[in-house]
Amino acid sequence: MMEGKIMFENMSFETLQSYWWIIISLLGSILVFLMFVQGGQTLIYAIGKNEEERKMLINSLGRKWEFTFTTLVTFGGAFFASFPLFYSTSFGGAYWVWMAILFPFIIQAVSYEFRSKPNNFLGHKTYEWFLIINGLLGTILIGVAVSTFFTGSEFSVSKVSLTHLNDPAISRWEGPAHGLEAILNWRNVALGLAVFFLARVLGSLYFMNTIADETIIDRSKKQLLINAVPFLLFFLSYIVALMLYPGFALDPDTGTISMKPYKYFYNLIQMPVVLAMFLAGVVTVLLGIAISLFAGVKNAPKGIWLTGPGTILTVLSLFLLAGFNNTSYYPSTYNLQSSLTIHNSSSSYYTLTVMSYVSLLVPFVIAYIWYAWKSINNKKIDASEMQTEEHTY
Amino acid sequence: MIESVDLNTIDWSRAQFALTAIYHWLFVPLTLGLSFLVAIMESIYVKTGNPEWKRITKFWMTLFGINFAIGIATGIILEFQFGTNWSNYSWFVGDIFGAPLAIEGIMAFFMESTFIAVMFFGWDKVSKGFHLTSSWLTAIGASLSALWILVANAWMQFPAGMSFNPDTVRNEMVSFWDVLLSPVAVNKFLHTVSSGYVTGSVFVVGISAWFLLKRRNIQMAKRSILIASIFGLIASVFLALSGDGSAYQVSQKQPMKLAAMEGLYQGKKGAGLVTVGVPTPGKKAGDGKEEFLVKIEIPKLLSFMGYRNPEAFVPGVEDLISGGFKPEFDHINPLEKSRALSVEEKISRGKIAVSALGLYKEAKSANDTAGIKSSLQVLHENFPYFGYAYLNSPNSVIPNVPLTFYSFRIMVILGFYFIVLFILVLYLLNKNKLEKKRWLLWLSLWTIPLVYFASQAGWVVAEVGRQPWVIQDLMPTMAAVSKIDASSVIITFWLFAAVFTTLLIAEVMIMKRQIKIGPNDGGQDNV
Ligand code: HDD
Ligand code: HEM
Ligand code: HEM
Repeated sequence: MMEGKIMFENMSFETLQSYWWIIISLLGSILVFLMFVQGGQTLIYAIGKNEEERKMLINSLGRKWEFTFTTLVTFGGAFFASFPLFYSTSFGGAYWVWMAILFPFIIQAVSYEFRSKPNNFLGHKTYEWFLIINGLLGTILIGVAVSTFFTGSEFSVSKVSLTHLNDPAISRWEGPAHGLEAILNWRNVALGLAVFFLARVLGSLYFMNTIADETIIDRSKKQLLINAVPFLLFFLSYIVALMLYPGFALDPDTGTISMKPYKYFYNLIQMPVVLAMFLAGVVTVLLGIAISLFAGVKNAPKGIWLTGPGTILTVLSLFLLAGFNNTSYYPSTYNLQSSLTIHNSSSSYYTLTVMSYVSLLVPFVIAYIWYAWKSINNKKIDASEMQTEEHTY
Repeated sequence: MIESVDLNTIDWSRAQFALTAIYHWLFVPLTLGLSFLVAIMESIYVKTGNPEWKRITKFWMTLFGINFAIGIATGIILEFQFGTNWSNYSWFVGDIFGAPLAIEGIMAFFMESTFIAVMFFGWDKVSKGFHLTSSWLTAIGASLSALWILVANAWMQFPAGMSFNPDTVRNEMVSFWDVLLSPVAVNKFLHTVSSGYVTGSVFVVGISAWFLLKRRNIQMAKRSILIASIFGLIASVFLALSGDGSAYQVSQKQPMKLAAMEGLYQGKKGAGLVTVGVPTPGKKAGDGKEEFLVKIEIPKLLSFMGYRNPEAFVPGVEDLISGGFKPEFDHINPLEKSRALSVEEKISRGKIAVSALGLYKEAKSANDTAGIKSSLQVLHENFPYFGYAYLNSPNSVIPNVPLTFYSFRIMVILGFYFIVLFILVLYLLNKNKLEKKRWLLWLSLWTIPLVYFASQAGWVVAEVGRQPWVIQDLMPTMAAVSKIDASSVIITFWLFAAVFTTLLIAEVMIMKRQIKIGPNDGGQDNV
């Protein structure tokens, strides 16, 4: 850290907080893109009509699931390190939502490795259902949880509580359902379903890209269309509502939070870069879908290369919309002044600085992942490989 | 009337944490050890070009893959559990504790999951050199995951490199290097990863012994035993040394844990080490009963191990409760240099610290500079005892003594037993007599459960021995827990128990079948 006196130490606390919000947003948006694994998992019976086809589908996903998983884990760790008050308030409070997200990931993690092994106790069908449950709950609930960044939750935060020896909890959830109440808000559900159908769109595009098999490509194309329509409906209604509803605004001088009409619409207008990112993202997502649907056999596999990055841009801009421009990214509807902003919930200046140096590793990590995958992925999956490859799921 | 913390929530949260951590720790040590053994075996293959070594490598790699998957499944829940179940804790120390978790993800988990893919899918697609490098990087990645989480755990046992910020009401990191390189962290890391290497070695020796018993795959089995017992022997010796280092750290930084490990109620100068003994059941601090029903003791060894001085005074549970002795720890609050405080004094100092924090907050909002200054000073002086404020009685600082005592003995005795076993196996292998000693082969096979036992016992020493603290002296479990109702935690506890047990059964069944299939009699990974 000696040589670094030139870099992060010169940044202000606010800049570091923004820098870390961008990193969290980036991890979150990469995670949503990588949930093509979850989307794909929900399609194994819809696209794979016999054992051999399902085997190809599962093996193509099986080579990527760990990245999604590890990204989720890293997202959690990075959120803890940079915005610990979010970590303690949300995880400890919305207990049931997070548990409902975690359980499906536990059963997913063993399913690929165990599914086709002899003597696997539960039978291969059970592991396939584990994958489907993970695809279903993982996507929908993560969407619901992210939506509460805009719709708010019922919690209170009071750090003085630590001095109450009999009842020292700093963060409290003020509703009995511990997070499950989020699914009673139609907006949260809309985002959850949008993420679910988006993951299936991405999953279909991924199959078209990695599997060299006519039938599978045809069926994936059909699924692409079937899922793109509800995705668009849910996504657009969510965005329209987001623009119309009031938002949680921070007064930077006093630190107080208040409701402001059209807050997120103003955020978009006042941050032209984010607006540009959002529009570019949405257009690219649609373009990718269109190419794979209509631009002929040769171009069909390419859609994911547009829809994927488009997803990242779109989700990234949504996260920035939630956290930047004096907005509370984790608002409390119970007590507005308990709402979390990137300023009142972050780690200390020192810790953010240290972590910023660690973040310099990220491009390096992405580079070796890319290199490693390029070197083993030069060939598409097909039926013959399933017979000859030694390590199959 | 103040609502109070639900005691059930605390106990069930502890139970849930223990359950999930114990399950995680069933799989992690094998990952740590087997990954290195596989990398070593593959190195021999690349060096000699002998396909037999490739077959050996692949066989152990298959078992590694099965174990790895379930290690990951159990890991994710631990990561989020700090937030879900210990939310107060996550705020109070998140500024320090979060960083290692994040670094672990960025630095280690991605490394493991990328190169493990090359290991499994890259055999005929990448060059031999690149494949071998990937196997080594997987092994290094696994040990790096261990590094960061152990740094975090060590910090809870010995908080270093931080200071309390009354404005944010949390501890904040002031030196990353002090956190990373604290002597407790260094010892913990070395000891824990080497325990993983020993686990992997015992596993490979045990399974190979089974092949010899069945008179199958003789050559593979002998070669595997050779590699694993050399690696295991080196790791075991290192394990004992770093274990001694850990015990030294415990006596210096967590004297109550040491007293519990030794069943020592009344301190002495020139204390001996009880090698085997039976602590008096139902013994309580201050009841005047004998400490042991029977014991065999090595004179002065405990003083020597704990203080590197055979005449040093080792305080017992009762001394630590009543204070008054002159401490010889290397790390001690200046206030206690000449006379250790009693727990009662610590509790009242803790309460003073907590109320000073409250006063500071009031003075701050009233803009009362004098009040701010005086409350800060009081807080600062008494902060080392902050966590004592939440305790109800002095005796609540005593951990479960018999459990800690026996667990420690189990670990250490087994540790020496593994050294003997590896030496014996190596010797007989060298003399070409191993196959004829069937009793030894059976013993090797049945040592596999023992290594898991030793390893879990180690965590029981570390974690039960530090009760009631989550952060030594600064935060007890009752102040760390999330504000949720016990019923929620009870439900998730049983869900975890059911899911993890099911997955464990599946894992063991798959593992057994893959071992029976063996390296070249059909099955998945045959050449
Ligand atoms: C195969 C497993 C194994 C074996 C044979 C040993 N250990 Fe161990 N020990 C562990 C596995 C372990 C562990 C699971 O890795 C622990 C739990 C927490 C930790 O830091 O490491 C541990 C903890 C641990 C602690 C507590 C550290 C703390 O509270 O922070 C001490 C004092 C020792 N060990 C000492 C020893 C000694 C003197 C051994 C003599 C040979 C020994 N261990 C063998
Ligand atoms: C409570 C503390 C712990 C937490 C929060 C934790 C978290 C995790 C997580 C999230 C994973 C999955 C990583 C992935 O996505 O690939 C994992 C795997 C792993 N963890 Fe832990 N872990 C803990 C304790 C430990 C300890 C004590 C060690 C070693 C000393 C360890 C070593 C590993 C290793 C080697 C893996 C790789 C996969 C495997 O287990 O087979 N972990 N851990
Ligand atoms: C992986 C092996 C581990 C095992 C087997 C283990 C075991 C245990 C046990 C038995 C308890 C309950 C103690 C009691 O109720 O008396 C406990 C508590 C706890 N452990 Fe560990 N532990 C492990 C790793 C870790 C690590 C790596 C961390 C931190 C990074 C950690 C942090 C905690 C915390 C926060 C608690 C709850 C608070 C407490 O009861 O002290 N543990 N653990």
